[in-house]
Amino acid sequence: MKEQFDYVAIGGGLVGSAIAYGLSRQNKRVALLDEGDVALRASRGNFGLVWVQGKGVDFPSYSDWTRLSVAVWPQLAEELKALTGVDLAYSRPGGLQLCLDAAEYTEREQTLTLLQQQTDGRFPFEMLDNQATRKLMPVVAPDIAGASYCPLDGHANPLYLLRALHQGFLQQQGHYLPNRPVQAIQPQDAGFRIDTRQGPVYCERLVLTAGLSNRALGKMVGLQVPVAPNKGQILVTEKLAPLLDLPTVQVRQTAEGGVMIGDSHEETGLETDTSSAVMAAIARRAVQMFPVLRNVRLVRAWAALRVMTPDGKPIYQQSEQYPGAYVATCHSGVTLAANHALRLPAWLLGTAPLPEIEPFTASRFDQ
Amino acid sequence: MSLFQTLTDVQPSAQASVQITLQDQVHQVPANLNVAAALLLCGYSQCRSTPVSGAPRAPYCMMGVCFDCLVEIDGVPNQQACLTPVREGMVVRWQDGKASLDQLEAEL
Repeated sequence: MKEQFDYVAIGGGLVGSAIAYGLSRQNKRVALLDEGDVALRASRGNFGLVWVQGKGVDFPSYSDWTRLSVAVWPQLAEELKALTGVDLAYSRPGGLQLCLDAAEYTEREQTLTLLQQQTDGRFPFEMLDNQATRKLMPVVAPDIAGASYCPLDGHANPLYLLRALHQGFLQQQGHYLPNRPVQAIQPQDAGFRIDTRQGPVYCERLVLTAGLSNRALGKMVGLQVPVAPNKGQILVTEKLAPLLDLPTVQVRQTAEGGVMIGDSHEETGLETDTSSAVMAAIARRAVQMFPVLRNVRLVRAWAALRVMTPDGKPIYQQSEQYPGAYVATCHSGVTLAANHALRLPAWLLGTAPLPEIEPFTASRFDQ
Repeated sequence: MSLFQTLTDVQPSAQASVQITLQDQVHQVPANLNVAAALLLCGYSQCRSTPVSGAPRAPYCMMGVCFDCLVEIDGVPNQQACLTPVREGMVVRWQDGKASLDQLEAEL
């Protein structure tokens, strides 16, 4: 039987699942091709922030796009809960980035002030001194400088998000095709033929949502997708009674009680090994920020690869050479999931213009 | 009455015993056991409740992997019973839900 679809998303992580979910919601015949468990699986290893502060310096459209997603995140969470029964544990209590010393505090204040100016005031934030920070979160160390606070920041369970998107996609008659690494994409007179080991899949339009594999896949349809890996290591503690009222960039407590510790950055290629030196460094910093963690046991650690463009911002682009082939790639698959599910389909369907994403083509890297 | 029995024929050192307290009950147990084995031998079928739903749990994998045997040992929460040898005078309490901040501070 010929496998023929209106749309195929290549890549079953958070970006592909959100887009496939959004398209299937529009009654399109959609397939989601997933590579398999050999894939790098950034969407299984992430931290789970739904985050605004700091994003978009010198690129205010990114701040705007991020805030648009956060604005519809509650809608996505409610919709997925109603459809699938999965609670994404989304909360938006505001978020902090802690500054250990006066120099960090001053630099942070300058950066966010610049971002606020560049967005004509649309990005909201406050700088909090130590006392004000501890008023929000009493377990913050008494000897650090303070924090930046943004009321739009929050967090969610990224694994439940992925599961809910997959389940919602299936419930909307989406076709999930696992273990389908793509060998080649052949543009046809109308549409595309996607070659996999289990045979070809045909579609009118396709979206590349394969994270780091978008670089190679893009070349098959005339798209330059300059993405590279950036490794982050994450530690998680035993489950604790509620302790951290707000998420921070480096440390957050999940709804189930575990404390996640992260925010390491390494350029080490396509490997996902943990290392004791980095684990020790991020644990030490977490204890410096929250001394109460010093006696807590760690129960798991892992590493995952961020999908980074040269400027860290997303790429959304249709191929000029092969119209109907699109790429959507970003580092913030959790934060931007609501945009990908609820806003991007209009662009892919051609039903309405989406001027908000026009600055995000890869041509910005040509200069 | 426990579903579990010691294999005394292959564990001759089980002759020696220690006194431990499980949920305020004093027990005499073989000195070469881990805490999970000891509480099973003493007939307990629950050693904790889960942090999210409060469901009861008992030791399961007995090899340090499943984390279902978490207990509080001598005031320290979330200890893996199957990886902890019994000691004379040890006080074990069930791990009910999440560890509290007070318990963590008490360790200092």
